[in-house]
Amino acid sequence: MSSQRPGQSGFQRLLLNLHIDAMLLTLILIVLGLGLFVLYSASGESSAAVTSQVKRIGLGLVVMMALAQVNPDTFRAFAPWLYALGLCLLVLVLLLGDTAKGAQRWLDLGVIRFQPSELMKLAVPMVLAGFMHSRTLPPKLRTMGAGALMIAVPAALIMRQPDLGTALMIAISGAFVLYMAGLRWRVILGLVLAAAAALPLLWSQMHDYQRERVLTFLNPARDPGGAGYHITQSKVAIGSGGLFGKGWLNGTQAQLDFLPESATDFIFAVYAEEVGLLGVLFLLVLYLAIIGRGLFISVKGQDSFQRLLAGSLSLVFFFYVFVNIGMVIGLLPVVGVPLPLISWGGTSMVSLLAGMGVLMSIHTHRRLLSS
Amino acid sequence: MAEIKSLKNPLAERQLTLFRAIIAGLGVVILSLVLVGRLVQLQLLDHDVYATRSDDNRMRVRIIAPARGLIYDRNGIVLAENLPTYQLEIVPEQVEDVADTVTALAELIDIPDRDRERFYRRVDQEPSFRSIPLRTRLTPEEVAAFEVNRQDFKGVEIHAALTRRYPLGRLAAHAVGYVGSLSEADAAGLDPRRYRGTQRIGKVGVEAAHESLLHGEPGSKIIEANAQGRTLRDLEYQGPVAGENLYLTLDSRIQEAAVTALGQHDGAVVAIDPTNGDILALVSQPSFDPHLFVDGIDYVTYAGLNADPGRPLFNRALQGQYPPGSTVKPVMALAGLDAGVVTPRHREMCIGYFMLPDNERRYRDWKRRGHGLVDMHDAIAQSCDVYFYQLALDIGIDHIHDFLSQFGLGQILGVDLPGEKPGLLPSRDWKRNARNEAWYPGETLNIGIGQGFMTATPLQLAHMTAMVAVRGHGYRPRILAARQEPGTRDLIHFEPTPVEPVNVADSGYWDRIAESMEAVVHSVQGTATRSGAGASYRIAGKSGTAQVTGLSQEDEEAPDLLDVPRELRDHALFIAYAPADAPKIAVAVIAEHAGSGGRVAGPIARAVMDALLEPES
Repeated sequence: MSSQRPGQSGFQRLLLNLHIDAMLLTLILIVLGLGLFVLYSASGESSAAVTSQVKRIGLGLVVMMALAQVNPDTFRAFAPWLYALGLCLLVLVLLLGDTAKGAQRWLDLGVIRFQPSELMKLAVPMVLAGFMHSRTLPPKLRTMGAGALMIAVPAALIMRQPDLGTALMIAISGAFVLYMAGLRWRVILGLVLAAAAALPLLWSQMHDYQRERVLTFLNPARDPGGAGYHITQSKVAIGSGGLFGKGWLNGTQAQLDFLPESATDFIFAVYAEEVGLLGVLFLLVLYLAIIGRGLFISVKGQDSFQRLLAGSLSLVFFFYVFVNIGMVIGLLPVVGVPLPLISWGGTSMVSLLAGMGVLMSIHTHRRLLSS
Repeated sequence: MAEIKSLKNPLAERQLTLFRAIIAGLGVVILSLVLVGRLVQLQLLDHDVYATRSDDNRMRVRIIAPARGLIYDRNGIVLAENLPTYQLEIVPEQVEDVADTVTALAELIDIPDRDRERFYRRVDQEPSFRSIPLRTRLTPEEVAAFEVNRQDFKGVEIHAALTRRYPLGRLAAHAVGYVGSLSEADAAGLDPRRYRGTQRIGKVGVEAAHESLLHGEPGSKIIEANAQGRTLRDLEYQGPVAGENLYLTLDSRIQEAAVTALGQHDGAVVAIDPTNGDILALVSQPSFDPHLFVDGIDYVTYAGLNADPGRPLFNRALQGQYPPGSTVKPVMALAGLDAGVVTPRHREMCIGYFMLPDNERRYRDWKRRGHGLVDMHDAIAQSCDVYFYQLALDIGIDHIHDFLSQFGLGQILGVDLPGEKPGLLPSRDWKRNARNEAWYPGETLNIGIGQGFMTATPLQLAHMTAMVAVRGHGYRPRILAARQEPGTRDLIHFEPTPVEPVNVADSGYWDRIAESMEAVVHSVQGTATRSGAGASYRIAGKSGTAQVTGLSQEDEEAPDLLDVPRELRDHALFIAYAPADAPKIAVAVIAEHAGSGGRVAGPIARAVMDALLEPES
C-alpha cells in the first residue's frame, strides 16, 4: 500500500503524520470493543472491571501511539540498552520482587507495579532483530548460537520466577526472529527434535502444579474436581454455546460461576458460550486480519531489522491466540496465556498494544526512509 | 533453500523474509483451521452433549416430600396428625459470629449441649448460605421470647416444619404405631422414586402396615443453582400429593376404657366387632410414648426401653403368646358336641382330679374338692377341669387341632398390622415334626383346659370369641375401615373379609355353648358373676386362669396367690361377647400374673364392653 500515491485524502495524510496504520488500528479497536462486552459479561456484569480495563486499554493505546512515533532505527539503536535494562530488572525481581499467587513477577516501583518480563517481550525480539540485521542472512551457525543465548538468558530468569508461560512466550518471540532470519529448515527440524528430547529434562525442572496441568491435559478425567475441572467446564461452556450462542449475558456456565477464571485466561469460553460458533469465527477472522496485516508490514519492511521484528511480533500475536484458544478448547495444556486484547489484566494488554505500536512505527516510517 | 554465500544481499534477504512470511502465514492458516475444526466439533457436532451437561450443571431437582396422611378413629377422632413445630435456624453467612450468636440466643432459649454439637457439626459441613437448625420443637413461650428480640438477630429465623403427633400418645401406641427415621434397611424395600426426600417412615402399627397409603407422592421443584449450590430461581414446580387419610376401626373411647380398666396390670386387651371383624380396641401394656421415635430416639432412651423388664415395645396383643387356659373350654365343648362324643346332657363326676388308666398321675381340677357331678353347662359355667380332661381325651388331639384351627388358633389371622404371631395349636404331626416325639395322652388332657403346649395371642382369643358370638360366620380382624380419596375427600370404605365359616353338625350346639357362657357371667355359680352384676345387657363370657409354669400336678394344695413370686403367678384371662343375643363386641383380656381370670380379667372385659354398650355410665 503505497503512501506516496498522489491524490490521497487529507485524512490519510493526517493518519500518516500521526504514524497510525488505519487498518491495524481499526481491527484492534473492534477487538478491544468486543472484548469489553465479553468482559462485562464474564465479570458478572461488573462495571468496575470494565472501567479498570478501559483504563488499561487507554494506557496501552497511549503507549502504542507513542511507540508508533519512534523511528525504527531508534528502536534498533536502543534495543541492546533496553535488553540490558530488562535483564537487570529480571535479576532485581528475583532478588526483591513482590510475590503474587506464589510467584515473584512484580517489581514495585513505588508508583506502579511492573512486570519486567513484559518489557522483555519487546526487548528480546528487538535486540535479536537488530543483531541479525548486522549479520548476513540467513545467519551462520555461530550467529545462531549467539542469538539463542540472547534468548535463553532472559527466558531462564523468567522461568525462575517461576513463570513458565511468559518464559515460553519470550523464547518463542526470539525463535520467530530466528525463523524470519532464515534459520535453516534442517536446523529448525534439529531444534524441534532436540526440544522433544529435552522434554524429560524440562519435566524434571517443572513445578508440581505445572506437571499437574500437563497430566490433567493428557487426561482431564484424572482430576475432574481440581485441575481438570477448568478444562471440563470450559468445554461444556463452549460446546453448549452451539452455533448461535446463548446470547450476551446469558451464558449459564459463566454467569453461574461454573467456569473458573472466566474473565482472565478462560474468557474465550465465555465468549464462545454466549455468541456461539459464528461469533467465534468472527473473532478469529479479526485476529487473522491483524496477523495478516502484521505479516504484510513485515514483508514491506525496509530492512532486515524491520522485517524480522514485525514478523516476530505478528507471529507472537498469533501464538498468543493459538495457545489461549487451544488451551480453552482442550487442545493444549493449561498455560497461563491471556487471550490477546480481550482477557482482563493489565500488563499483557499494554505489552501487546506496544507491539502493535512498533508495527505501526515500522510501517509508517517507510516513506521517510526511502525518500 | 539455496545457500547464500555472499555478504549482505538486500534483495535476497528481502526474498528470504517474504518466503518465510508466506510459509508462516500458511502455518497460521493451518493452525487456525485446527482451532476451527475443534470448535466445530465442540459447538456443532457435540453441542447436544455439552448443552445437556450445561443444564445438568445449573439445574437441580429438589424433591418436596408429601404430607403424610392423617389417621382417625372410627368416630373421626384424630389418632395421628401433622403439627407444625417451630425450629430455630441460623444462616451462618448472615451472622457476624456464629458462636457469639449461639451464646446470645442461649440467654433467651435453652439450647442443650447435644443440640449445639449437632449444629456446629452441620455448620462445618454445609455451605454457609444454608439455614441450619439449632433448636427444634420450640415451645410457644420460646418462640415469643425470640420474636420479641428478633431485630437483634439478623440471619436467625424460626421455621415451621410438620411433625407427627399422636394425640392419644401411649394409649394407642401399639395400634397406631409411630414414624421414625428412614433407615437404609427400610429404604431397601421401598420405591426409591416415591421416597426421595422422605425422612420418616412408619415403623410399627398402622403407621407401618399402611405406609403405602399414608405416604403420598412426592412433588419436585427444578431450580437453577450456581456453582456454589445457591438457589437462583425456580424453573418448574410440581406439587406433592399428600398421603391418604385413614379411618381406623378403632374406637378411642373403648381403647381408653380398656387402658384404664387394665390399670397397672401388664397385659393386653383386644376388642372386635364380631359382625365385621373391626378391631375396636387393641391395647398392650405397658406402653410407651410414640413421640420418642418421631424426632429420632437417642441411644440411651432406646436401650432403656429395650432393657425394661416390662417390655413396653412388645405388642402383647399381636405377639404375646399365652396359654389360653379355660377360655378354650366353650370351643372345646363345641368340638365334643360336633364330634358326637358327648351330648349336652352327658355328665362327668368331678372329684377334684382326674387319672388316666394305668397311671398314678393326678390331673388336678382348680377346685380341690371337685365340682361333683357336672354336665356340659355346669362344666363351662364353673370351669370344671375334670370334665374337659375326659372330653379332650374322648375327642382326641388331632380332631381338637382340626376343629379349633377353624377359629383361627395356631395360625396367623392376617390382620392388617405388622408382627402378628401364630401361637401354637398342637397336634400329633406338630409334635413329631417339631420335637420328633410321640404324643402322650396326658398332653391331650392339658390341651383340654388350654394348657400344655397350647398358646394363643390376645388377638386370636378375641377372634375366637367373635367367631362363637356370630355362630361361626365371622370375619378376619382388621384395623383399617376406610381411606379418604385425596382429591374428592370421599371416604372409601373397605369391605370386611369373611373367614371360612365354621359349621357344626347341629346349629343348636351354638346355643348350648352361648347359654353356658352367659351362665359364667350371670349365674350364681358362674366363675365371673361379679363381672355381670348390674349390666343392662347380657354377657356371654369365659374366664381363664392360665398357669405360667408347670406347677407340679402332684401338689395337693394350690399355692396361695401371694406366696409365689410375681413372675410365677397365673395369668388372668377373660373372653366375652355382648349383648349375648345380638353381639356387637367380642373382647379378650389378659392380665399377666394377675391371678384369677374371673375376678381380675372379667371386670376389665366388662368395662370395655360398657364403653360401647353403656357409654353414658
